[in-house]
Amino acid sequence: MTRTSSEAQSGRTPPSRADRRQTRRLRRFDSPWMNPKLFWGLGLLLGIVAIGLLGRLFWNLDLVFTGSNTLKLPPVGFENLRRQEGTWINPLGTDGSGRDMLALIIMGAPNSLFVGLLASLIGMTTGIVLGFTAGFVGGRVDDTIRVLSDVMITIPPLLILVVFQSAFGDVSLTMMALLIAGFVWQSPTRLIRAQVLSMKRSGYVQMAQLSGASVPHIMFREMMPNLVPYLFGSFIASVTTAIVTAVGLEVLGLGPQRIPTLGRTIYEAINAGALIQNLWWWWGLPTLLLGVMFIGLLLINLGLDEVSNPRLRKLS
Amino acid sequence: MPVIPAAYLKNRLITLVLTVLIAATLIWIIPRLSPVDPAEIALGRMASGAGTVANSDEILAQLRASMGIDGPLIWQYLSYIGNVLRFDFGLSTASFPTPVSSLIAAALPWTLGLMILSLVITFLIGNLLGALMVWDRSPKLVRVAIPAAMVFTSIPPILSGLLLMWVFAAKLRWFPLTGAYGLTVEPGWSLDFILSVLHHGFLPALSIVIVTFGFWALGMRGLMITVQGEDYVKLAEAKGLRPRYVLYRYMIRNAILPQITAFALKIGLLVAGQVLVERIFAYNGMGKLLYDAILNQDFPVIQGVSFVIILMTAISVFLVDLLYPFIDPRIRHDSA
Repeated sequence: MTRTSSEAQSGRTPPSRADRRQTRRLRRFDSPWMNPKLFWGLGLLLGIVAIGLLGRLFWNLDLVFTGSNTLKLPPVGFENLRRQEGTWINPLGTDGSGRDMLALIIMGAPNSLFVGLLASLIGMTTGIVLGFTAGFVGGRVDDTIRVLSDVMITIPPLLILVVFQSAFGDVSLTMMALLIAGFVWQSPTRLIRAQVLSMKRSGYVQMAQLSGASVPHIMFREMMPNLVPYLFGSFIASVTTAIVTAVGLEVLGLGPQRIPTLGRTIYEAINAGALIQNLWWWWGLPTLLLGVMFIGLLLINLGLDEVSNPRLRKLS
Repeated sequence: MPVIPAAYLKNRLITLVLTVLIAATLIWIIPRLSPVDPAEIALGRMASGAGTVANSDEILAQLRASMGIDGPLIWQYLSYIGNVLRFDFGLSTASFPTPVSSLIAAALPWTLGLMILSLVITFLIGNLLGALMVWDRSPKLVRVAIPAAMVFTSIPPILSGLLLMWVFAAKLRWFPLTGAYGLTVEPGWSLDFILSVLHHGFLPALSIVIVTFGFWALGMRGLMITVQGEDYVKLAEAKGLRPRYVLYRYMIRNAILPQITAFALKIGLLVAGQVLVERIFAYNGMGKLLYDAILNQDFPVIQGVSFVIILMTAISVFLVDLLYPFIDPRIRHDSA
């Protein structure tokens, strides 16, 4: 919207070269997508991905095996209760069974993000399909989808998944993401259905219908662009829900048993009494990383809010 | 007095019944899809206790019958639904002849107490801070500090719980590390016991409060912005009413109502978060019961706890939906 108005203005009076450069610069900074919160949030998440990627290149991941190092070593510059000092062999210390914390984090941190992204990608796709179907088809189909999403939004995913995983035992990371995806499609479905219903009555959609545009055209060319900020916001919200659920399962001792995850590391640390033994790096580092992840997601969400809602932008 | 239209009531009731039914069905179907046989696990536990088990086939059949996993599936399902509606989840396999329902009945008050306490505190603090963020007379510090504190709101309570535990229980030793009351006090309505419960409950409650108040504050901020521009607020100010009076009586009172519906959508996440907080604090509630059951592969308890928590969630959502028109008479349920 800002772009069209500024173009209309510049179209009226032929601007000088300096003027044009000025408007271009203003426009660049005025772009709602150049939002500091969005920027920082993405930065934090990319940082975690970078730890995972660079770590795999530059760090010896065999250190992640049980008993491959001295037990309960502190990070470099600290001392544990047995007066052992941290060494550069294990710069972030080791856990209670001698696994290198750095290697654990390199392997584990991207896993949580992966579960979150995969689960909400699937949930989102389902939500878009169901939401559009409900909004467009209406009638019985709409009723069914609406009631089903109302029902499923009430059921806390953690508890059904606890039943599932305790019955099935070990699950893979992908399987866990698929299971969580079964619980993050509801809010996108509701959101999109509501938006589609209100857009259906709007002038431009009716115009398109009158001019004989096909249903896919209306969906993807007329409606979809208006939904983009909502979709992104909803996507980030479901990534957060998915990661919270995954970490919850891991902390309860469920989830993947054979690959390192941040939640499972916390689970083992609590069970081994790491809090009393002052082994803060054992539970603290995964907690810190998860915290960074959630703060990153929150910042992205706040940023997206400001992108889609200009009133908030002025406020802060 | 507003009247709830029959159509709306019917709609909400159907949702409630469907929610409970679908949850119960999922809890029933999922273990049956799994290759793991709970009767064999129970038998294995016996065998490891006694060394050998004579006439194991008979015992296995008995165990299957007691767990409701014999006979035709449809019959199993119907009797299961019947049992669940009477809160009969069978016997715990880990602590054998104890009925699951009595284990849950012992844990439930702790969970409900912690939940209601932390919820009330969060609601009050969150909404007040959210309102102060918008109010043009609040001190500058408040306006800067609250958005900064908002960062914590994205963190699940389990992480804040760990941090608080470490700082206040393990390091400073101001609060006990685990449990819901001290080992030396006798449960009962004595002052010692109540103090001990409060002492033990402080950290779990705080770890929920500091990560959830921001949700209310953010919502309240948005609502206050709309209320701020209303004519009646301008009029109240023009009349020369005290600003504080305008804030509480005119702005917050009108802005707070939609917050109550927001609550309905958030209940599920709050409950799940609290289950995990109880697990790390080894607090005597449903979370600890669930965690112990997972450790012992005690399927009847896992199913019972999951069902009861889902039921609680569904009923609270239902109640919030029904109570809302009484709280806010502006809402009409014409075409809900």
